[in-house]
Amino acid sequence: MSMKLKALLKSPWVFHLSTGSCNNCDIEVLDCLTPRFDIERFGMILAGSIKHADVLLVTGSCNRKSMIRVKRLYEQVPKPCLVVAIGECALSRGMFMHSYNCPVPLDKVIPVDVYVPGCPPKPEAMISAVVKLIEKIKKEKLEGSSKRK
Amino acid sequence: MIYLMYVLMFGFLLTAVIGLLASWIDRKVTARVQYRVGPPLMQPLTDIIKLLGKETLVPVGASKTAFLLAPLVGLASVILVSTLLWLNNINPKESFIGDLIVVVYLLTIPSVSIIMGGFASRNPLASLGASREMKLILGYELPFLLAILVPVIKSGLSIRLGDMLTAQMQNGVFIGSWSGFLAWLVVIFCMQAKLGLVPFDVAEAETEIAGGAIIEYSGPGLAVFRLMKNMLLFTLPFFVMILFMGGLRFDGIHFLYGVLKYVGLVALITVIRNTNPRVRIDQAVRWFWGPMTMMAIAAVLLAIWGR
Repeated sequence: MSMKLKALLKSPWVFHLSTGSCNNCDIEVLDCLTPRFDIERFGMILAGSIKHADVLLVTGSCNRKSMIRVKRLYEQVPKPCLVVAIGECALSRGMFMHSYNCPVPLDKVIPVDVYVPGCPPKPEAMISAVVKLIEKIKKEKLEGSSKRK
Repeated sequence: MIYLMYVLMFGFLLTAVIGLLASWIDRKVTARVQYRVGPPLMQPLTDIIKLLGKETLVPVGASKTAFLLAPLVGLASVILVSTLLWLNNINPKESFIGDLIVVVYLLTIPSVSIIMGGFASRNPLASLGASREMKLILGYELPFLLAILVPVIKSGLSIRLGDMLTAQMQNGVFIGSWSGFLAWLVVIFCMQAKLGLVPFDVAEAETEIAGGAIIEYSGPGLAVFRLMKNMLLFTLPFFVMILFMGGLRFDGIHFLYGVLKYVGLVALITVIRNTNPRVRIDQAVRWFWGPMTMMAIAAVLLAIWGR
């Protein structure tokens, strides 16, 4: 594995984006930073600006207004970057499934690397998702079949 | 040739290694204060390697040359300052007259580079951060220069860092006297502002203006800015050590004392950073032009009086 990717996996900086969620997932995301879970052990920091981030955490049902912004933000993340969908709404629109305002789920708009189900998901689930993400990238690299830059 | 070696070995490599270690100490102590575990030892280095491998984005409409050049200007000036400081510590006789003034000027350039990058990036938040940084410089430079007058007076009106070191070697450290202690207090606060740490991190203010002047930087540019900040975390305390605390001596037990002095200063910076909320920019300027300047003037008068 290249040094670049190894360093990326050891210090993924996270940008946290809410596309109109009920704020429960966001609270659980912030829970990961508290002394009980402390994800800074693994080098993760919440980045204030999208230009500093490596991982895009998306929460909330993807409605017509916010999806334009999500697309624009995804284009602004310096590559290589990863996208994590958090919560039932971001995965499959949850209870807004038949809403006029939420035509498609998130992964129809931007490529998603990991899905974390739950309403809201526990912080343990998010940490386990990150572990799965790291394992997945390592395996992809070993097989040499990565589409990522 | 020998000076080039000084620049590369001491000015860049050694300073970068110690600076990265210090920033790890800073993050680890912060984590422990908040009852967390904190990042592993190699974390600051990993961050920089990761950032070097990422894409560089230049915003539309930004001044490309100034935007990309700003981090390098800052880094170059930090390297020069730390070279001068190491040179003085290794051989106090070798420095030139007036190197104190050169060091003071070069220490302002990292802030100037942040202002340059902020204004060049054509982002309203970055411009806000840059203008705050400018006001902060206006604020802290006055008490900082006044406080630096104290060691100048105490070493017999000399503006050579080497003379200050030899004076402290003969007559005891300056911080031991009343005027020296007052000036040291002032310089500690100015150092906090120069490093851009809480309570004077108005120019960056992650939660308020999302990184301020460096908001648009990504990849290598951000890596160089981070490296610059980490190296400043070594250079500034080292400068304070030379001015007030007798510097770093390499003979026997004094070396251990020197290391302890440095670690103590970093720990002090971290504790100040963790126990204070961010001040507004007007409060910061009032603080520096009011109480801090008064204290610095008192220190200078005491030093002239001989205390």
